[in-house]
Amino acid sequence: MLELQTLDMVLPFAILLLPLGGFVVLALFGDWIKKDKEDAGAGYLACATVIASFGLAAWTTARLYGLMAGPSGLRFSQPYLGFEWIEAGGFRVPLSLLVDPLSCVMMLVVTGVGALIHVYSLGYMAHDEEKVRFFSYLNLFTFFMLLLVMGGSLPILFVGWEGVGLCSYLLIGFWYKRNSASAAGLKAFVVNRVGDAGLILGMVFIYHAFGSLDLVDIADNAGSLAPEALWQWGPVTIACLLLFVGATGKSAQIPLHVWLPDAMEGPTPVSALIHAATMVTAGVYLVARLGPLYHQSETAMLVVAVTGAVTALMAGTIAIVQTDIKRVLAYSTVSQLGFMFLAAGVGAFGVAVFHLYTHAFFKALLFLGSGSVIHAMSGEQDMRRMGGLRKKIPWTFWTFLVGTLAIAGIPPLAGFFSKDEILLGALVSGHTVLFGLALFTALLTAAYMARLLFLTFFGEFRGGPDAEHHVHESPWSMLGPLVLLAIGSAGAGFVKIPHIVEPVLRLPETAAHHVAWLPAVATLSGVLGILIAWYLYLSMPDLRASLASALRPALRVFAAKYWFDDVYDAFVRRVVVGGSDTLLWKRVDAGVIDGSVNGIARAVSGWAETLRPVQTGFVRHYALLILAGAVALVSYLLWS
Amino acid sequence: MEHPAFVHHAVLLSLVLFGLGTLGVFLRRNVITVLMCVELMLNGVNLAFVAFSRAAGTLDGQVLVFFVMVVAAAEAAVGLAIVIALHRTKDTLDVDAFDLMKG
Repeated sequence: MLELQTLDMVLPFAILLLPLGGFVVLALFGDWIKKDKEDAGAGYLACATVIASFGLAAWTTARLYGLMAGPSGLRFSQPYLGFEWIEAGGFRVPLSLLVDPLSCVMMLVVTGVGALIHVYSLGYMAHDEEKVRFFSYLNLFTFFMLLLVMGGSLPILFVGWEGVGLCSYLLIGFWYKRNSASAAGLKAFVVNRVGDAGLILGMVFIYHAFGSLDLVDIADNAGSLAPEALWQWGPVTIACLLLFVGATGKSAQIPLHVWLPDAMEGPTPVSALIHAATMVTAGVYLVARLGPLYHQSETAMLVVAVTGAVTALMAGTIAIVQTDIKRVLAYSTVSQLGFMFLAAGVGAFGVAVFHLYTHAFFKALLFLGSGSVIHAMSGEQDMRRMGGLRKKIPWTFWTFLVGTLAIAGIPPLAGFFSKDEILLGALVSGHTVLFGLALFTALLTAAYMARLLFLTFFGEFRGGPDAEHHVHESPWSMLGPLVLLAIGSAGAGFVKIPHIVEPVLRLPETAAHHVAWLPAVATLSGVLGILIAWYLYLSMPDLRASLASALRPALRVFAAKYWFDDVYDAFVRRVVVGGSDTLLWKRVDAGVIDGSVNGIARAVSGWAETLRPVQTGFVRHYALLILAGAVALVSYLLWS
Repeated sequence: MEHPAFVHHAVLLSLVLFGLGTLGVFLRRNVITVLMCVELMLNGVNLAFVAFSRAAGTLDGQVLVFFVMVVAAAEAAVGLAIVIALHRTKDTLDVDAFDLMKG
């Protein structure tokens, strides 16, 4: 029988510190490792730390399951090295982690998918001169992401949260010589700050309500708080909504989704790791982790569900009209994250994590596949100049096909199971409208992914003879991860994540529902979406032209991305920049602040000019004044 | 207890000494003379201390005189050092020649 041992206290910290160690070594000794341009030593080191981390995470998971099956009936462990990070009065933040089934799932996703993407990067970044910098950032990201999902209290989670934001910024702007890349990095950082402000305020409210920021304390005590009905603005509702603002920023939900499509300026492995599989799901993890708290507030749940459903639909419609292969996937990610929030919002927190987990496989696969396509096309990302690549890069094509079918929800691939459960959750919770939206979005998902597939791999090559001559299959370091992720995308759905994760949340038991017709309808919507794309893009292109002219107003809205960027741009330019310029700078700063400082200086100098003749420089005048002072003092003492 | 007339005369004398010293400080232009006048003022004060001490029958005033004498000795040493420095820089000891503090 297994007992809790020192090993269980130390092992999780080892998982964390391996990638951090990799980062430190690469950051300090990178130039020494990099002997010449083609040397891949830095990449091997980065891969080794993450793979080792994955091994330790698997070991930790196995031990946790042993402990849970053991006589102590342990539900979780809180590794703690015995010292505090913050200790101020009654407020203390121990440097502790939380290892339970939820964090184990997240840990395995982060290190598992992360390791595959690290290996893929070996091939993808082989010709880049700054491999050391790239791999050190990737390792640092892995560390912060692990800290985020393993942190035992909200402040520790927050450190990871900010850390992944930093790495996201660094990696989006990795090719900083391109203006668009550094601008996109900045945009991601600034938009995320808006969300992070909400997260901090939410933590303050939670501390106010619970007197603790420990995740286990919150989960234990949330049930004892009074539930808050719809439109009742109690502390729980406000805290949940503020935390959700943070989640919308990190997980690219409306209205803070604008940074994610631009984030595609980064290298493709970064898009796969950070902006598809792991970091952007941090918001979903946060909401699922605090599920017991959200469960107490009907308003917060409704807001989460509606935001998720609307985001899923809007991003899906935008994806339909994009021509850049990575931007289609970016909007698809936003849409799938919307699905996850919909699941969380209707109370199916376990299902949200389930979709997070399956999505990590197939979206990482799709991004890496698109990277392989871009690699084959020597950097071309516009789908209008692709086509017919099926025969030329068969490995990429077949793995991409698996990913497409998985995200479209075709059984028995991974996406089918999780999407089906989300639809089921929406249906049984009674949100019929949201269910309808989700079903329609599922159809859209299949349609835009099939469109991407057909435009890229089918038909005739449209990039000209020169580009056609250069098309080549990627090296094995890139194809290997693709094949493994394809296997994952096919089989991951058979692991019933909700059953594993839901006991962690300590929510009241609900009866299991089954709706016999739902899997058939969900599958049908996926097939229908693919068929529509087939007809419009392969079978009958004439029909597409006439349909496009009929739907022109709607398509224009989609192509303009619902004008979110334009509105923000106008707001920033008019209100923020304009207001700073005319009011804050010219009036407040130059007028009030500079005016008062200069005014004081001028007054002092004026008075000094008036008083300076008093200083004659003759000793006897000073002596006379001393005498006068002494006489005055003595007179005062004698006659007062 | 001494006769009150004695105290009266002693204080009168000390006042005269102090007044002479003060006048000297203000009117004389040679730095050394000014220093000597300061000594005169201090000794006038000393005389008053001693007289009041005799009148009151306590030793407090006489003890204070010793302190004043020590301070006066130190002041004379520092003062004469300054006088030498002044003479070296300006070749004169006229107090009105030193007006660097003029505003």
